[in-house]
Amino acid sequence: MIPGAFAYHRPKSVNEAVALLADLGEDARLLGGGHSLIPLMKLRLAAPAHLVDLAGISDLKGIRAEGSDVVIGASVTQHEIIGSDLLASKLPILRETALQIADPQVRYLGTLGGNVANGDPGNDMPAVMLALDASYHLVRKGGERKVAARSFYQGAYVTALKPGEILASIRIPAPPPKHGFAYEKLKRKIGDYATAAAAVILTWQGGKAGACAIGLTNVGDTPLFAEEAGRIITGSALDAAAVKRAVAAAEAITSPASDRRGTPHYRTKMAGVMLSRALVRAKSRAA
Amino acid sequence: MAKLHIALKVNGKPVEELVEPRTLLIHFLREQLRLTGPHIGCETTHCGACTVDLDGKSVKSCTVFAIQANGAEVLTIEGMAQSDGTLHPLQNAFREHHGLQCGFCTPGMITRAYRFLKENPNPTEDEIRHGISGNLCRCTGYQNIVKSIQAAAVELAGGQVKEAAE
Repeated sequence: MIPGAFAYHRPKSVNEAVALLADLGEDARLLGGGHSLIPLMKLRLAAPAHLVDLAGISDLKGIRAEGSDVVIGASVTQHEIIGSDLLASKLPILRETALQIADPQVRYLGTLGGNVANGDPGNDMPAVMLALDASYHLVRKGGERKVAARSFYQGAYVTALKPGEILASIRIPAPPPKHGFAYEKLKRKIGDYATAAAAVILTWQGGKAGACAIGLTNVGDTPLFAEEAGRIITGSALDAAAVKRAVAAAEAITSPASDRRGTPHYRTKMAGVMLSRALVRAKSRAA
Repeated sequence: MAKLHIALKVNGKPVEELVEPRTLLIHFLREQLRLTGPHIGCETTHCGACTVDLDGKSVKSCTVFAIQANGAEVLTIEGMAQSDGTLHPLQNAFREHHGLQCGFCTPGMITRAYRFLKENPNPTEDEIRHGISGNLCRCTGYQNIVKSIQAAAVELAGGQVKEAAE
């Protein structure tokens, strides 16, 4: 399988990259880790006339703390997320999630920016970003803006990202130090997309959940922020009745496709099972 | 499309070539450099038969453009043995422990295991299995591949362990 011909560009700065995108228009695609785009190009499902390789832009790399936030460059790879001490201490759910994405080779190249910006409902990080209330820093020629992850996803492969814009970084408010977290993913085999998956972030105080936020993967056209389910858990003792109500609220917002991973009904129910497991595990980790 | 000039190191040797931007690294290695050790299996980023080491990362060379390797250091199975023919401990362990049957996945398995053991020199069996989860083998059931990597890990650590004991 050989991709169609294209012209290759390797800008050295974000400014240079957005200027290229403005000039080249919709014939251009960004090349990050390439592990979503190159397979599509090999199948000729994508045939961009120009590829703008982001690998030479050092501003898109790096993981740093900024006040109580953590800022992750869009070109940071899943492998780098797994190895980051800063993330292990402040946002351990990212490591847990990254380890469940694809396989080691893919994780060496696949980037967080690509994972969250591509709009693929099967990608794992977007649901985690919804639970964490992350925001995305988008840059275009002559401007920039910040979009909350919770308002970024509009449909399968449709996001708030406009032509000519680049996702430069992801900003995440770090949850309290002793928060509980879990990303539970049901998959047929290592490397597969989720049949269903759930991300949970919660705090635990005095025998009750202080705050709880929930995201769901691959059970709708977009990653889903299960706001009502989170609200039900918040303030509860995570008793069976509360979990049951939260699971029902989460199941109610799903609309999974039927594919080889299962029927819509099965995948909805598995989203519920993943959520109930994630809640239990998140609580066990919270102090 | 005009060809672009790339310069990189492959198995320690400087290489300069002209490539089309769309040329995949696996095709560049196999067809331009005639390094046919890395195999083309699935061509869909699943099987890992095309795995090579690129600047200290295991990558599936069917899903990387050659142009992305400009300036990089690439290691393929051809670069594993010493110049006098002495096998790398991983190659030797795969032979000693029957870590292959048809051999098609072996170059990818060994180059992947090479990087894995650099990052985790003393792995558990479970860590090995996760470490090679991007490499498919349809013959062995993985048992002897895991044994081979365990044996190579011991061999590679051998000198250091002895020194520490003295």
